[in-house]
Amino acid sequence: MTAESSRKIWPLPGGVYVEANKAPSLRAPVTSPPLPHQLVIALTQPASISPILCAAEGDYVLKGQVLAHGSSDAGINIHASTSGTIIRITPHAVPNTSGEHELCVILQPDREERWTRMAPVENFTECSSELLYARIKDAGIRGLGGAAFPTHAKLVGATNIHTLVLNISECEPFISCDEALVHKYLNEVITGTQILLHASGATRCLIGIEDSKPAAIRALRAALSDPRIELVVVPALYPSGAERQLIYSLTGVEITADTLPVEKGFLCHNPGTALAVMRAVIHGEPMISRVTTVTGAALAAPANYEVLFGTPINELLQLCGVDNENLSRLIIGGSLMGTQITSAEVPVLASTNCILATTHEELPAPLPEQPCIRCGFCVPACPVLLQPQVLYWDSRQLALTDATSHHLADCIECGACAYVCPSHIPLVQYFRAAKAEIRIEAEQVHIADSSRQRFEFHQARVHAEKVQQELRRAERAALMKPAPEQPLEVNSAQATIAAALARVKAKKLEQALSASNNTKTDEGETKR
Amino acid sequence: MNLPLINIPFTLFALLLLAIALTASHRVAQNYLRRTNKPDVDAIDALLPQTQCGQCGHPGCRPYAEAIANGSEINKCPPGGARTIDALAQLLRVQPLPLDPSHGVEATRKVAVIREAECIGCTKCIAACPVDAILGSAKHMHTVIARECTGCDLCVEPCPVDCIDMVEAQTLAQSWHWQRPEASRHIGEAHKIIVCQGALR
Repeated sequence: MTAESSRKIWPLPGGVYVEANKAPSLRAPVTSPPLPHQLVIALTQPASISPILCAAEGDYVLKGQVLAHGSSDAGINIHASTSGTIIRITPHAVPNTSGEHELCVILQPDREERWTRMAPVENFTECSSELLYARIKDAGIRGLGGAAFPTHAKLVGATNIHTLVLNISECEPFISCDEALVHKYLNEVITGTQILLHASGATRCLIGIEDSKPAAIRALRAALSDPRIELVVVPALYPSGAERQLIYSLTGVEITADTLPVEKGFLCHNPGTALAVMRAVIHGEPMISRVTTVTGAALAAPANYEVLFGTPINELLQLCGVDNENLSRLIIGGSLMGTQITSAEVPVLASTNCILATTHEELPAPLPEQPCIRCGFCVPACPVLLQPQVLYWDSRQLALTDATSHHLADCIECGACAYVCPSHIPLVQYFRAAKAEIRIEAEQVHIADSSRQRFEFHQARVHAEKVQQELRRAERAALMKPAPEQPLEVNSAQATIAAALARVKAKKLEQALSASNNTKTDEGETKR
Repeated sequence: MNLPLINIPFTLFALLLLAIALTASHRVAQNYLRRTNKPDVDAIDALLPQTQCGQCGHPGCRPYAEAIANGSEINKCPPGGARTIDALAQLLRVQPLPLDPSHGVEATRKVAVIREAECIGCTKCIAACPVDAILGSAKHMHTVIARECTGCDLCVEPCPVDCIDMVEAQTLAQSWHWQRPEASRHIGEAHKIIVCQGALR
């Protein structure tokens, strides 16, 4: 029923072939780990939004109860992952790139799993998209592909969506959570996709999946019966799973950095997000968990777990039989775009798609950076057709205008260039730093502009006040004077004195004027 | 070989005359351009940090921009520091100079904070603020809008009870950004997170 082979695939320019390393974590089906002793639920919000707490320390909260919401409409509702008591609300280390602490709720589970759910929706096809969007916002749904972008913010303002893209490409090595999720929750994911189709008004859904996942392709093919949903198999190549790259592979539409896929009518979602949407709409359950891959050679039993948000990573590692002797590095995400963390005392977030515990043999430490030898290997590797070696020089010298004109903004930071670089240059870090510098410069210009505006306004106001004051003073003076319209008896002697004084005054003024004129001409002459 | 036109002394003399004529015309043209092509005040003003602090000796950034257009030195702006001097030098096609220490030293951005318990509500700081970043009214507590404060220092002096402090602008988690590799290597411990790109080799 689903047309599949007829669709043309646009091959990705660039990209690199990397060893997938996904088999170890896919041996066992997805299970839920036992409830941890304590949950550390991060209240992280999108940039420039702060969390507003809805619960206090010492409160007893139900599973699914709102703990915090955002300070504006683009914020995310954060829910309690299980029922229990809030011990503390404090900044806590979380697995983010900056290493900065985030405000977290520390929850002591009571192990009774008492739920509070929203009203389930019987038939979503009868619901308006506003209602479904509101439900998605209330359920605190974030994109589970890795950036944890709020799903409702993606949908808001998206008026003419024609294509929904379900991204099961999962191209980065080691990460297998989406594939495992599709195996376990196949029908739920399809229902979630149908809800998203209905809510967004899209006419078709393209499921993009890499050809390295034959079992998932078979299962999907067997389960798909909706004629709107089309399965498209793309060749396995890193980074085919990046949002814009996948849209290009499936439809041939290129989307540059300055436009959002939504503006071109594409809505791209992760199967985990589709599952969360289905649970929120059909069951009334908010987003409180995700499927996370726990893998790496330092673990005896790598696996995919359906983990509650806030589960400490060290408990998951213990569950998988971590070998602390051989553990060299702990990475959140895959081996190409992931970030290294120094402590396992951090919770699982919505963005934690993979926990990679590696040994020295599996993932050797990056070798020292050496000079660029102009080999040009990075150019064919770049999936966005940039010239990484040119951007490298720009970033190194902080030639930001040049970097901008060489389209640094289009870099998706996939790391393909750094992967092939024989000089081990951490290219992506240079690019990220240059992007940050450009952003800071723009912010400074913005701050200066607004200061200038306020200064000019201030000056104008002060000047206007002064003029007003002068006017008032003149008016008052005019009123106070008896206004001698008809000069009454004026003493002739007094009049002569006054006339003489006036003459002297006029003469003095004249002298002063001519003197100042002379000095001016003098100055002019000396200048010349 | 008797070619009267190729006469070495005559040729040299002609070249000399030509050189003198070209140099003179170049000088004249340069002087003319210098007088007519006054640098654009708006362009200079756009590069100044707009703190309106007056450390340059001019009552605000725009007056200093006008002074620069009239030939004042470009190294009198401590809040802008080396970055502004470089940008000005590039715009005006002159050599960048080190910051003139008689006008102050380059420092991190600060913001004014009113110790609110001590504020008597005299409105003197409000009048002094060049960018309207202080809120309050007579006999009521005043406060600084930190986001709009340029750190110009002008409100500190007029305060009769000395309740204004200049503190370093706070760095929030969201102001963290990536450093270039060398920098992160020097800072070491401060940047605990390292990208593991290219590690799968």
